[in-house]
Amino acid sequence: MRILVAVKHVPDIQSERSLGPDGRMVRDGGDGTLNELDENAVEAALTLVEEAEDGEVVVLTVGPDDAVDAVRRALQMGADEAVHVVDDAIAGSDAVSTARVLAAAVRRLSEEQPVDLVLTGMAALDGLTSLVPTVLADLLELPALTLATEVMVDETAGTVTVRRELDHAVELLRAPLPAVVSVTDSANEPRYPGFKGIMAARKKAVTTWTLADLGLEPDQVGAAGARTAVVAAAERPAREDRVLVTDGGDAGVRLAAYLVENKLV
Amino acid sequence: MTSPVLVLLDHAADGALRPSAAELVTLARPLAGDGGVLGAWVGDGPGPDALAVLAAHGVAAVHAVRPDADPALSAVTAEAVTAVLGATGAGLVLIPSTFEGKEVAAHLAASTGAGVVTDADGVQLQDGVPVASKTVLAGTWTTRCSVVGAPAVVTVKANAVPAEPVAAPREPVVVEHELTVSPAARRVELVERTERAASDRPDLSGAQVVVVGGRGTEGDFGPIEELADLLGAAVGATRVATDEGWIAKEAQIGQTGVTVTPRLYIGAGVSGAVHHRGGMQAAGTIVAVNSDPDAPIFEIADFGVVGDLFTVLPQATAELRRLLG
Ligand SMILES: Cc1cc2nc3c(=O)[nH]c(=O)nc-3n(C[C@H](O)[C@H](O)[C@H](O)COP(=O)(O)OP(=O)(O)OC[C@H]3O[C@@H](n4cnc5c(N)ncnc54)[C@H](O)[C@@H]3O)c2cc1C
Repeated sequence: MRILVAVKHVPDIQSERSLGPDGRMVRDGGDGTLNELDENAVEAALTLVEEAEDGEVVVLTVGPDDAVDAVRRALQMGADEAVHVVDDAIAGSDAVSTARVLAAAVRRLSEEQPVDLVLTGMAALDGLTSLVPTVLADLLELPALTLATEVMVDETAGTVTVRRELDHAVELLRAPLPAVVSVTDSANEPRYPGFKGIMAARKKAVTTWTLADLGLEPDQVGAAGARTAVVAAAERPAREDRVLVTDGGDAGVRLAAYLVENKLV
Repeated sequence: MTSPVLVLLDHAADGALRPSAAELVTLARPLAGDGGVLGAWVGDGPGPDALAVLAAHGVAAVHAVRPDADPALSAVTAEAVTAVLGATGAGLVLIPSTFEGKEVAAHLAASTGAGVVTDADGVQLQDGVPVASKTVLAGTWTTRCSVVGAPAVVTVKANAVPAEPVAAPREPVVVEHELTVSPAARRVELVERTERAASDRPDLSGAQVVVVGGRGTEGDFGPIEELADLLGAAVGATRVATDEGWIAKEAQIGQTGVTVTPRLYIGAGVSGAVHHRGGMQAAGTIVAVNSDPDAPIFEIADFGVVGDLFTVLPQATAELRRLLG
């Protein structure tokens, strides 16, 4: 089984994050990490290969130079190989143009050797659109199974079945392989890279591709290929008139009065 | 812009319209050109109750698409919306910002070249171009995004605008479409779908008031539920509370759970971790009850109480019951 995992390098959500004058995420804070939710995708891939006792996990990212840290982390967790697509023209990509680059990379990897499954996290904790997995699947003409809390592969039947929990329903979806599957953070508990994993990762190669390697034109990606543009960005003002009371026995009464006076109930 | 605006009308399997429909139609009215606001209904056509709501909110026509595959599959719904776009020439599509809605938007982006903005809390036209507003980075920033691709697809959060009926309702025209779904959309098979039992409480994502319990409840959601029931509120939870099994998974609010934008959020025994804040920070008023004065939630609370939720909440509930008579 050959599984590709698409991962993203994002500013750590515990850090102070901001947008620049161009409305793009400021990414030079130096505290970028592998998107937490992609760790679940890497974990799911590693588990599937371990269970099948056969196969490999290739991680793939699109982003500037330091995005390589995201695939390095995945290699430390146990992924076998990594690909980093980096090109100045990619800056300013929206979800659709990012998916276009990923799709080209997946196609190239599939030509080298067939791919059974493409896994992603449920969302990137910067833009949080959740669009990429589905757009990627459509561009690759593969089925999209999103928000899996459980991923079951039946290699003999050549199918993947996922369980997912939506607001109003719980669903079981099935599709033939190869397919694109996004997993949620309740799919599993991502492993921490141990010392051995960290040492082993040093020896693993990261292949770097440019747009030209993928046969993409600069105007298909980045800001040029994007169909949305941020026209204004502002930090939200702090909340005013904040009240903090320490309970001296009547805080519940004061809370009730606050809600009624401010016509909140 | 003279083209009509299309709204994807979200409804339950039994045909009951969800609250997002009237909100999105209200939002669409000032944006629609000559063609007015059109609704896309996927599945068995709308019944009289749904049509009455749509009439009251000024929908000009409902395009009822009956696909020959399960409309619970987002690829099927996306093909239905594409068919209506083709039939009507609508330039802007509004979709509720649910997980399923965003998936439909993603399919539209891939198949029609649409530009997509997700989780918007407003949409305006600027020189004929739709511009959507949204909060990002866990509610700490606001942005405005223009959609340059056509059609423009915007997924809109619950409560972005209050639903407002029109002065002169009129019966929408119902246009029926039969749809033969492509082999591509059939690749995914819906093996099983279990609808969750409807609760008596309002839907979390659309609720005006939300009362939330975290680890501090230690599994006892009694005080949370009592206050919620008095206020007609939805009950939410942190991931700790859902992971512990104290409350169902769908109650989880946050980055990987439901995003709520109520007028009033009351959190008790909730620390305000960044993952949780991402799903509630855009609430109108934030009230927090926490025994730890250093809890991060106090940084964003309009009214914070440092105290034990097991004494503060019941007292507040009793006092509210008295004040509200
Ligand atoms: C990838 C990822 C995604 C996540 N997504 C989400 C998400 O979507 N939503 C989410 O909520 N979390 C999410 N989390 C978890 C999140 O990081 C926090 O762990 C979680 O929100 C904390 O929940 P809590 O506030 O209930 O618990 P805690 O952080 O443990 O806080 C409990 C609070 O209760 C207070 N307390 C205790 N007893 C009392 C009492 N008697 N009266 C009053 N106060 C009391 C304590 O002072 C404390 O502040 C995610 C984590 C990860 C890694």
